[in-house]
Amino acid sequence: MVAADGLARGQGLRVGMAAARATAAVAELDVEEHDPAADAEALERLALWVLERFSPIVAVDGTDGIVVDSKGADHLHGGEAAMLKSLVGRFAVAGISARAAVADTWGAAHALARHGAEPVFVAPPKHGAAILKPLPVEALRLSSETSEALRDLGFSTIGDLSNTPRAPLALRFGEALTRRIDQAVGRRSEPIEPLRPAESIVASRNFAEPIGAAETIARHLGKLVVTLCAELEEKGLGVRRLDLLCRRVDDRIEAVRVSTARPVRDVGRLTRLLCDRIETIAPGFGIEKMTLVATLAEPLAPTQKLASLTDEILPDVASLVDVIANRVGEERLYRLAPVESDVPERSVRRIPPLAPETGESWRRDWPRPARLLRRPEPIETLALLPDHPPASFTWRGVRRRVRAADGPERIFGEWWKRDEELSAVRDYFQVEAEDGERFWIFRSGDGEAMETGSQRWFLHGLFG
Amino acid sequence: MTAIESLRARIERIEGGRRRAKSALSFGLEALDERLPDKGLARGVLHEIAGGGRTAGDGPAAALFAAGIAARTRGKVLWCLSRPDLFAPALAQVGLLPDRVIYVEARDEKTVLACMEEGLAHGGPAVVVGEAARLSMTASRRLNLAAEKTGAIALCLRRWSRPNDAAEFGRPTAAATRWRISALPAAPLPVPGVGRARWRVELIRSRGGETVNLELEACDASGRLAFPSDLSDRSAAPPVERPRRRASA
Repeated sequence: MVAADGLARGQGLRVGMAAARATAAVAELDVEEHDPAADAEALERLALWVLERFSPIVAVDGTDGIVVDSKGADHLHGGEAAMLKSLVGRFAVAGISARAAVADTWGAAHALARHGAEPVFVAPPKHGAAILKPLPVEALRLSSETSEALRDLGFSTIGDLSNTPRAPLALRFGEALTRRIDQAVGRRSEPIEPLRPAESIVASRNFAEPIGAAETIARHLGKLVVTLCAELEEKGLGVRRLDLLCRRVDDRIEAVRVSTARPVRDVGRLTRLLCDRIETIAPGFGIEKMTLVATLAEPLAPTQKLASLTDEILPDVASLVDVIANRVGEERLYRLAPVESDVPERSVRRIPPLAPETGESWRRDWPRPARLLRRPEPIETLALLPDHPPASFTWRGVRRRVRAADGPERIFGEWWKRDEELSAVRDYFQVEAEDGERFWIFRSGDGEAMETGSQRWFLHGLFG
Repeated sequence: MTAIESLRARIERIEGGRRRAKSALSFGLEALDERLPDKGLARGVLHEIAGGGRTAGDGPAAALFAAGIAARTRGKVLWCLSRPDLFAPALAQVGLLPDRVIYVEARDEKTVLACMEEGLAHGGPAVVVGEAARLSMTASRRLNLAAEKTGAIALCLRRWSRPNDAAEFGRPTAAATRWRISALPAAPLPVPGVGRARWRVELIRSRGGETVNLELEACDASGRLAFPSDLSDRSAAPPVERPRRRASA
């Protein structure tokens, strides 16, 4: 037995069991020969997939892991925790159960992902060594002999090790042990050698004299983009993801990634996108090598510029979308499209800014407010009859007398979405206050039966 | 050439030819167009719009006024905001269809202004709308310069969440016009119900022009303003799609 997932462990199988015992425990077990080469290949394919979608610096970690440098990538995915969740979620869709952790160093993230994540764990920034102390010594990426010998000597956690003088440990177990400890707590740097797709298009430049000034970086960047685009043209490709990797003299790699909504091969546009991000590169003591990698390239189909002579040409906004998306994040740039739903909050969905035009719009039979509050706010009302709109209401401490009202527009809960909505009802009214301002208010419930709602009034929007 | 014309020519030279004849977007209302220096809302400059009354901070009428302007242009519209409470179905009801609008949800107002500038300088979008409480002289000049290059219309919706920020709207900026749109009570209907919304449209400041203070009917389904039929002797505005009314107080 080489590996066991949650299901297998539930059946009583353990790593290290003999095949005969395992088949005895679970009768319908299929036995497959362990193929380390195929496993490594599959892991590398997975790492490439992560590289294309999450971060420019990704590498295979051991035989069962992937290490990702998430600096500069997490904000595009809505923060570290959200990024890990999305990563694990996407793996789960592909049938892979994964655990993930974010920490300050490769070593710490390796340890926490294997011994702390359920299934994700985000270590606070600048966590130091304390967070590793309760973890077992196996978390340190040691050879199995070393960790067994450590266990024999009574060291079970990393905390035990760090309380022991270093010299005798190094003498007994070799330099590997102290190096792993130093790497995990960040006393020694550990650069990640990024994985690169086999046939990806690359342009790179070495510098005899390390460079650091933003203008110098921009100048060399311009030349790299020209080289890369010439190569792309030969193959008829355009880039969707372009990574700039800057190797510093201290062996660290600073990375910048730009994404485009459609394949692009325009020198000016790509240079512009990359130059916008130069300020995020910390050159340290200088950059000695710059590499430009077209991580994701797609065929660039020649486009028809003009559909017909009579059509008015409307300017293309694709290049603008790329510039803004790389600045604020892709998910913050969107178009809105209608959804068939009577519940106002659900009637709008986001679609990519360059999605084909839908030609759809919302129904126009009832007026809709220009501003919709994030959540309906309770209001105090004075109503004459249960079925009528209120005669006056108080919202955010201001009392308004109702001059005229339209309604009710009855909206039923969508019972197919949530059970609680089976009998829920909202009665919407458009009311005009004395000074002419208009509001969208509703009563939760139909005014009679308590199971339809609390019968309380809420303000949901402001009309223009 | 009269003395005034020669003086105007001199001022134009001093201003660097900025006041050359610009194309403008007509409101289709003589009383409004005639009093704007370019006979309409000038393209290639920045315009400021704010709400009035007690809901000025949210400015729903100001947002619809901007949407009505955008609806009457062609091409894409870039709408930059930091508080996503705009309800797109309402924009569609004044003629700004969802296919045309690209939203940018920025983290802060600084990014809103930066994205506006980016959109104006690009020239793809015909109209760029941004929602911001603060607009400094420098920021507004930058927007003006970016818009001038491409001829796009820049609209800055001034809105605020704290009453203290309302004072920001009084500060001078480089915008060509400054509007305030506040709600007015609608004309009473013969039956119970809410009539077509009515706005007080104030042009508080207009470079090289005069101020305007009009009572108008709100944007219709194609984004057009209209004179209230009970105030003018002109024929009434085309009927608007209205919901069927039921009993109400």
